[in-house]
Amino acid sequence: MTVALHEPSTTPSVLKAGTGPDRPPIIDCDFHNELDSIKDLYPYLSKRWRNHLETFGIRHPNSGYYPRFMDHREEARPPSGRTPGSEVGFAREDFLDPYNVEYAILNPLSPVSSALDLELGAALARAANDWQIAEWLDPEPRLRASVVVTPQDPVAAAAEIRRCGADGRFAQVLFMGRLQEPMGRRRFWPIYEACVETGMHVASHAFGAYGHPITGAGHASYYIEDHTSPPQAVQANITSMVVEGVFDRFPSLRMISVENGFAWLPPLIWRLDSAWSLLREEAPHLERLPSEVISEHVYVTTQPIEEPPRRQDFLNLIEHFGDLASHILIASDYPHWDGDNPDVVLPSGLDEELVKGIQCENARALYGL
Amino acid sequence: MIDADVHIPNPRLRDLYPLLPEHWVEHFNNTVDKGASQEYYPPRSPVAGRRGGLEELREAVFDQGGAELAISSCLYAVDSVHNPDVAAALAAATNDWQSREWLEQEPRLRGSVVAPIQLPAAAAEEIERCADRPGFVQVLIPARTEHPLGSRLYHPLWKTIERSGLVAAIHFGGAPVMPPTPTGWPSFFLEEYTAMAQVFATQLTSMIVEGVFDACPDLRVVFLESGFTWIPSHLWRMDKEWRNLRRLVPWVRRPPSDYFREHVRVGIQPLDAPPDPAHLGEVVDQLGSDDLLLYASDYPHVHACDAGDLLFRLLPESLGRKIRSENARSFYRMGG
Amino acid sequence: MKYVVAEASEIESGGRKIVSVAGRSIGVFNLDGEFFALRNRCPHQGGKLCEGKLWGVIRSERPGDFEYRPSREILCCPWHGWEFHVRTGQSWCAPERLRVRRYEVETVAGEEIAEAAEVTAAPIEDPDAPSPGMVKGPYTAETYPVSREGEYLVVEIPG
Repeated sequence: MTVALHEPSTTPSVLKAGTGPDRPPIIDCDFHNELDSIKDLYPYLSKRWRNHLETFGIRHPNSGYYPRFMDHREEARPPSGRTPGSEVGFAREDFLDPYNVEYAILNPLSPVSSALDLELGAALARAANDWQIAEWLDPEPRLRASVVVTPQDPVAAAAEIRRCGADGRFAQVLFMGRLQEPMGRRRFWPIYEACVETGMHVASHAFGAYGHPITGAGHASYYIEDHTSPPQAVQANITSMVVEGVFDRFPSLRMISVENGFAWLPPLIWRLDSAWSLLREEAPHLERLPSEVISEHVYVTTQPIEEPPRRQDFLNLIEHFGDLASHILIASDYPHWDGDNPDVVLPSGLDEELVKGIQCENARALYGL
Repeated sequence: MIDADVHIPNPRLRDLYPLLPEHWVEHFNNTVDKGASQEYYPPRSPVAGRRGGLEELREAVFDQGGAELAISSCLYAVDSVHNPDVAAALAAATNDWQSREWLEQEPRLRGSVVAPIQLPAAAAEEIERCADRPGFVQVLIPARTEHPLGSRLYHPLWKTIERSGLVAAIHFGGAPVMPPTPTGWPSFFLEEYTAMAQVFATQLTSMIVEGVFDACPDLRVVFLESGFTWIPSHLWRMDKEWRNLRRLVPWVRRPPSDYFREHVRVGIQPLDAPPDPAHLGEVVDQLGSDDLLLYASDYPHVHACDAGDLLFRLLPESLGRKIRSENARSFYRMGG
Repeated sequence: MKYVVAEASEIESGGRKIVSVAGRSIGVFNLDGEFFALRNRCPHQGGKLCEGKLWGVIRSERPGDFEYRPSREILCCPWHGWEFHVRTGQSWCAPERLRVRRYEVETVAGEEIAEAAEVTAAPIEDPDAPSPGMVKGPYTAETYPVSREGEYLVVEIPG
């Protein structure tokens, strides 16, 4: 594919002009609905689990902490003072309306998915999904949600996926990037089976912790390293799903990388193809080039978008995606500090159809919106 | 031509007997312990080294390969040995064996000091012991370590390497106890092999942002068997993160990509190439300097394609010359 | 064009006021009695830069070493933390190529503003003015009442 370049650009292809309904719509593939505290879930929990939270709390694998500056954009905090992203009304006027968001995919990052007590995890997941239905999907028709699950308990997760799948407003199942085992391992297959049955996809969102070091060479020291490393986990997860044959077993399943940036995908494909041609005897069940499998099944969201020093590098990057450019989805990560402004992340001069695809049409086709 | 990455086989334990202290010889003779038996590669896979002698190496690397100099390393996994005394003894004996059986026998061959990197103080001692021996030009550091290499734990070791005048060669492999990915152990070596590029990315980020090059401004690092087509996108990400989060690591005063270009060189094998050669040319250009790539055959390991052949056909003659020999000559300060 | 944006006493040392001038949002900062004005738009992704926190200066010669000067002159964008020097508008991460738009600020007596207004024959009592006392001319205060007794901060917008 060749990227058309109009230079100098007088009319930016990104949607800077105007706010609200006058501007072309976007479909935001990473929009965070936040809990102000776990108490937000109390109305959706039984007395037993409310008591448990009051008397014990949630245990997680202890993975240490990286001192940092901030989690959220302060100016996205609602007037009530609650956590940014925790009120649908404010998020609507602060982001959905001005950016003319046609649809946004909710990714609730909660302390639920890594709960060690699996029964508590299942109860919390169910509560989080009910909370999403009542407080996000019902009041705001432009939202689609990700099913919260505890992947460590695939049976409970599959049941929860089937329960939510019946609602029709859930688009995908949410995994955090760093798991106990890579996503292709057999233990997770009941989850994918439920996804396929309910017409949902599976998303791997940056970060998370399940006790392993955050890199293949141990625990890094600084938040800047923590924040640089999510592409590693998602690359390992994509590799695992391809090499284990998940997509051969579940051909309609799609995997979406969220909040990992996206410039690493072409080099990953090149490396996987060359590794496959070298080592394919080890995994003879894998009959096709990994690049072919990825080109059908793997999608990437843009944020945090890589910022090469030269505009031409970015255009080359898009060329390196080739036909896979139709798998690039725009994402804001609203309301987190490291989010992208959908208006300015793509350089001017990109082909208009390509931009429209990234901002809207690729997601529409993927999620059937 | 300078071949920046060739391998000599692991020593057999009996090769080391004449060089080990007597009580360790007795230990190995009388116990089940047979040395550093772990491997970085499944032993019979195509990427694993075949056992070949000096004659075979001479023929393949110098006579047929056309190298005038070759930088060798021995991937003996002393980093897999938990017992610190055994690890240090095996490393020392391996280095003496490399000197005696390989480097002293072949003047065109250069070597890498094997060191128990899991024990930074012991590693530093071994490096100091070997630094001035003829033939050793670098220290071998397996890519997978227990802590990322920028960690403050390793700073005294980096000082030692900087002072020794040796290059630090970070090479595919490593045997720490943790999984090779942040999301656990994959089922297949194919996955581990693929993920090793991200391990190199980790080490690059770690060494730069944790200030290794600020503490050791003369330190030189070479990545071997790392691949390089993943590097541009990682540089973009690192520079972006630095602009956002620089205040936490204020000793990093320039964009990380600057440190990379100043301090790090990269062997060309394996070449994880895009299918379109034009795209490969763009990736080489995105590295941002002609000084970075070093010709490397990775003898006797097999890879998916012949990196040298592909690059030299594609790139301008002047850049090809730099990759063939000039970059290595100047980085390793080989003169001539 | 010069715009009256605030009474000098309104912004205390270490404080700031975000004003809207000639269609632009601008942050006016008081650093120990000196005033500086910056465009309230980060050149990175358009974040509301002037709503960010002010930080001191940290220098470091080696890992783990922090030499801190509590000047609070470094403005960090609330979106991604990009740092800009309030005095110059220069970015800390790419000083040679990146800066936020900076405007000249001066402290001017109300009397001088009124006289300048008379010289240019602009009506002191503009019937369209949102409040009495607004002046036009070399000094424009879009929403700002000026009295001859006060001291005012005036921002110059070229063009």
